[in-house]
Amino acid sequence: MNNVEISRRGVIVGTTAVAVASSVPALADNGDGPEMAAPAVSPMPLSFTVNGEPRELSLDPRTTLLDALREHLHLTGTKKGCDHGQCGACTVIVEGQRINSCLSLALMHEGDDITTIEGLGTPDKLHPMQAAFVKHDGYQCGYCTPGQICSAVAVLDEIKRGIPSHVQADLNAKPTATNIEMRERMSGNICRCGAYSNIAEAMADVVGAKA
Amino acid sequence: MKFETPATGNPIDRMKVVGRAQTRIDGPLKATGQAPYAYEHDDFADAAYGYVVGAAVAKGRINAIDTRAAKAAPGVIAIVSASDAGKLGKGKYNTVKLLAGPEVDHYHQAVAVVVAETFEQARAAAGLVRVDYARTAGRFDLDAALTNAPLTNADKPGKGEDRVGTFETAFAAAPVKIDAEYTTPDHSHAMMEPFASIAAWDGDALKVWTSNQMIDWGRTDLATTLNMPKDKVTLLSPYVGGGFGGKLFLRSDAVLAALGARAAGRPVKLAMARPFIANNTTHRPATRQRIRIGATTDGTITAIAHESGSGDQPNGGPEAAVLQTRLLYAGAHRLTSMRLAVLDLPEGNAMRAPGEAPGLMALEIAMDEMAEKLGMDPIAFRVKNDTQVDPEMPDRQFSQRQLVRCLTEGAQRFGWSRRNATPGRVRDGRWLVGMGVASAFRNHMNMTSAARVRLGRDGIVTVETDMTDIGTGSYTIIAQTAAEMMGVPVDAVVVKLGSSDFPVSAGSGGQFGAANATAGVYAACVRLREAVSQRLGYNSADTVFDGGKVTSGGRSADLRQAASAGELVAEDKIEYGDLDKSWQLSTFGAHFVELGVDVYTGATRLRRMLAVCAAGRIINPMSARSQVIGAMTMGVGSALMEELAVDRRFGFFVNHDLAGYEVPVHADIPHQDVIFLEEADDKANPMKAKGIGELGLCGVGAAVANAMYNATGVRLRDYPLTLDKHIDRLPPVA
Amino acid sequence: MRAFTYERAKDAASAARIVAGRPGAKFIAGGTNLLDLMKIEVETPTHLVDLQDLEFDKITPIAGGGLRIGALVSNTDLAADARVRRDYGVLTRAIVAGASGQLRNKASTAGNLLQRTRCSYFYDTNMPCNKRKPGSGCAAIGGYSRQLGVIGVSDKCIATFPGDMAVAMRLLDAVIETVDGDGASRAIPIADFYRLWGDTPEQDTVLKPGELITAVTLPKPLGGKHFYEKVRDRASYAFALVSVAAVIQPDGNGRVAFGGVAPRPWRIEAAEALLPRGAAAVTARAFQGATPTKDNAFKLPLATRALASVLAEAKA
Repeated sequence: MNNVEISRRGVIVGTTAVAVASSVPALADNGDGPEMAAPAVSPMPLSFTVNGEPRELSLDPRTTLLDALREHLHLTGTKKGCDHGQCGACTVIVEGQRINSCLSLALMHEGDDITTIEGLGTPDKLHPMQAAFVKHDGYQCGYCTPGQICSAVAVLDEIKRGIPSHVQADLNAKPTATNIEMRERMSGNICRCGAYSNIAEAMADVVGAKA
Repeated sequence: MKFETPATGNPIDRMKVVGRAQTRIDGPLKATGQAPYAYEHDDFADAAYGYVVGAAVAKGRINAIDTRAAKAAPGVIAIVSASDAGKLGKGKYNTVKLLAGPEVDHYHQAVAVVVAETFEQARAAAGLVRVDYARTAGRFDLDAALTNAPLTNADKPGKGEDRVGTFETAFAAAPVKIDAEYTTPDHSHAMMEPFASIAAWDGDALKVWTSNQMIDWGRTDLATTLNMPKDKVTLLSPYVGGGFGGKLFLRSDAVLAALGARAAGRPVKLAMARPFIANNTTHRPATRQRIRIGATTDGTITAIAHESGSGDQPNGGPEAAVLQTRLLYAGAHRLTSMRLAVLDLPEGNAMRAPGEAPGLMALEIAMDEMAEKLGMDPIAFRVKNDTQVDPEMPDRQFSQRQLVRCLTEGAQRFGWSRRNATPGRVRDGRWLVGMGVASAFRNHMNMTSAARVRLGRDGIVTVETDMTDIGTGSYTIIAQTAAEMMGVPVDAVVVKLGSSDFPVSAGSGGQFGAANATAGVYAACVRLREAVSQRLGYNSADTVFDGGKVTSGGRSADLRQAASAGELVAEDKIEYGDLDKSWQLSTFGAHFVELGVDVYTGATRLRRMLAVCAAGRIINPMSARSQVIGAMTMGVGSALMEELAVDRRFGFFVNHDLAGYEVPVHADIPHQDVIFLEEADDKANPMKAKGIGELGLCGVGAAVANAMYNATGVRLRDYPLTLDKHIDRLPPVA
Repeated sequence: MRAFTYERAKDAASAARIVAGRPGAKFIAGGTNLLDLMKIEVETPTHLVDLQDLEFDKITPIAGGGLRIGALVSNTDLAADARVRRDYGVLTRAIVAGASGQLRNKASTAGNLLQRTRCSYFYDTNMPCNKRKPGSGCAAIGGYSRQLGVIGVSDKCIATFPGDMAVAMRLLDAVIETVDGDGASRAIPIADFYRLWGDTPEQDTVLKPGELITAVTLPKPLGGKHFYEKVRDRASYAFALVSVAAVIQPDGNGRVAFGGVAPRPWRIEAAEALLPRGAAAVTARAFQGATPTKDNAFKLPLATRALASVLAEAKA
């Protein structure tokens, strides 16, 4: 069936199961490998600016930027969808560029200027992109929405700065905020509710308003 | 309020608020990150973090769990597994127990929870828990398991088959026929918010913030699982980051947060890691379907059979992929049946439009194939076989059935006449271009639903119900309903949802949420109107609520005056008689797709999509439209890319994260159009509304498949329709 | 994620010295792949040396033509560089075909070269995997292998190198510059950089422990038309089933490399000579001796057809 050897786990199989054990392929035996002794780790200091406010924290080095925002600064607008850079719900803007905050250690952001969804606007004073999402129903469950909005704001800036994209016909031309350009650039933000068509309209509205 | 006879005129018919596009009242909170999801309630300063250890084997027995290293790890407070969790029950809606031990029922079934001071510590310590398994062989191959799987309901009259006439004879005699097999794979809900819960004990009372579509089911099953009285459990789920059926049920996050919190003596917050979700939770089961259709040469269906097989854990259920075939098209001789195999893969259960979604993915390809064989336009063929009555019970009519209008108006709007009926003939540069159509069908279900309505001294109307908003727009349509009933603007209504302290609603699922939950609010508002009339001394029979005023017999007062002496509170529920037995309550639609298939690589990319829907009164055309475009997007996913890949040796879904299990991204989805046909279904409920959220998915996959065939001339019957399945049959290019 | 200590490197030589001398130490640049793998304990470093303060973030011209790309230049900055867009279009095309805008903003040039396979079994620590745990077996062989390698693989591992950028760099004959723990530097042609799995799939590249990539150099521009054709199930944000990097000259000659098919960007110079004879001739030679599985055999005709699309476009 395959080239996998029968494991020592297979040998341990209980008496009633011995008959079938030989057909069960081996698992990785994660229990008995030599392990590097985990170092004693003490929290490390960190200061950065979040939504214009200087913040100081003392963090386990393992803390991601995402968890620093959510669990330590209680800025839970930034969402954890996958924690592996596969969905974009954690998108924040760092030093003017959007990144997945789940795939960055907080300590890697010493001195950085970070903007989260809370820094863009509030329910009483919405950022134009936030207002456009409301107007065009650019969401459903709302969980990916802060990431979509942070990304959308950054995408329009990237187009303005001439960052190239996969769908650009001429790499040496300046990109424009067409439907397909925005869709390609927004593709790192998954919306399982499927609000894409409306998000594209919200972004087009903001582009139009600016033009 | 018991709904036993068709609705007559009522205040909703004014359609001053209901039926009008309304932006979401929770929108500004969602757009600014202020809406609190399950893991985000900060009420507990001393919360610890839980992390789940999942089973490394798909089938077997736990010999021993060695927690010594994990317990010694920094920050660890408690570790709980089945051996020290106390006696646990199993929830009514769970097929498989949520905590393994000593038996392991499926891969990544929860084995233990580690509670520590921080998330980082809990996750690291979970990696130190050593579990010794006695691994046994399991049943992981659906095709093999189906060879001797029994029919479902074999013990009932009909012995597991639903028959009308004599299918075999009629099929044999039919001059034109097809007999084809179709497959759909296992699907993952892949909602963006992971399963997450925060549990806090106060003595013997338990409070859980969670992400759940059905508050009362979850509360009941959590009490059952923990062997405690239901009234000691409070479940809160004010915002749900997507569910799609995956969060209909109590899942291990809530149970383990509660067990961990009890052991730690502290509140515990716990979210499932993304790579754990696909195998730990439920999924839409794969199907193997056979469809036979026989017709006369003029396109009249004389015989239709749809048989489906699927698998599930012991005592699970089938994926009911044949149900729509009992109702969608005419045909004198009919046969439907389902087989259910026992598998040791993770539990199969409901995912958006269970049954119809995979059923129509097959049936609506079969209809396309049949139309081609007959030399008929696929829309004309469907129109010809429309039925206004239940084909199995011709005395029973559909309450409303506008399938033909959906198809024909959609055809006009989409430019169907421009479709070249001969496949493989339309070329745009490197793209083979095709159009496809499919019917959409999904039943409407009645569910009891209750609500409480308060009129405050400030004139604000507050609605309380345990209904959830999973992205469907419940907050907004409930506000619209109460506003219409009480004659106030939407911003004079406050809606509170998702708490087990509130009256029990229909909940969110099966596209039954919107219509039933608003009907429950309607019922409560009728009571509140009576209380207002009584308080003002008006004759309730002719009192009119409009523009913030209450008017009766020439007298008029501000609504708030009725509460000047104190808040008015009314509670009621909608309950149903048997109108849904005398009438078939269903929703209908048509999906149109235009796409291109890259003649070189075989990759398929959508160009245009249109859905036409007839689903009763549309309470909020804006959020209803979003439900439909979202469902269409999910339909594109199931057509083109979604598949939980089964490893039949190890018995698990291999691609168990969002990189491995691909769902559509922005670039995949073109502009989508949706048309709602005017409809008000008086047999359904006082709102005259039905469901829409699942109808939008039903048929999309087949519309894509049919458009691909139209583009390439290569018929694909095995989803997802990835390029590898037709690359060897595309025109030569090199 | 196991516990680790963290420091920021002051200079390349000391960073290399620290990592070379300390078992369990690793470099971190963008972190987009390393942290992903650390969370599921596929990677378990005990010490991280953060390179972000090193001044490897510039793209500079080389005397005689060509560019030196600092190891820490982000994917976005590399793709957007006007010289790269103009003279090395295949490289910009490859980069923007990969990952997402967010990831490209964070991912570094060196980190992109060093990204590990995306084989699902490599990512699941319950499964046997010779790359993750030498000697444990390969669950992918006989398992779900649709995404995996068709050539250059072994009976110990059928994983692919998943990246896009490196495919273009292989086409361009890029050279990888490093410094090691002893302060010695060397230049490794990218053709020699990635290993075939053989019996030791745990080792992806020829880098020694602690050896730090400082830059990637591109030789002088090739001219011609530049293409990066990436085929995937969804339209964006997905790894390649097959990708084709190509530079085609007006006379029909040129270069071609394939991604998503092998442990390294797959370029067979002898096959390039067949470009004027068409795609089928090229891939017949380039994929000679291929050992696909039932699930990924489609990659062979797909590679041919994807190359055919490039050649058709080059003629147009």
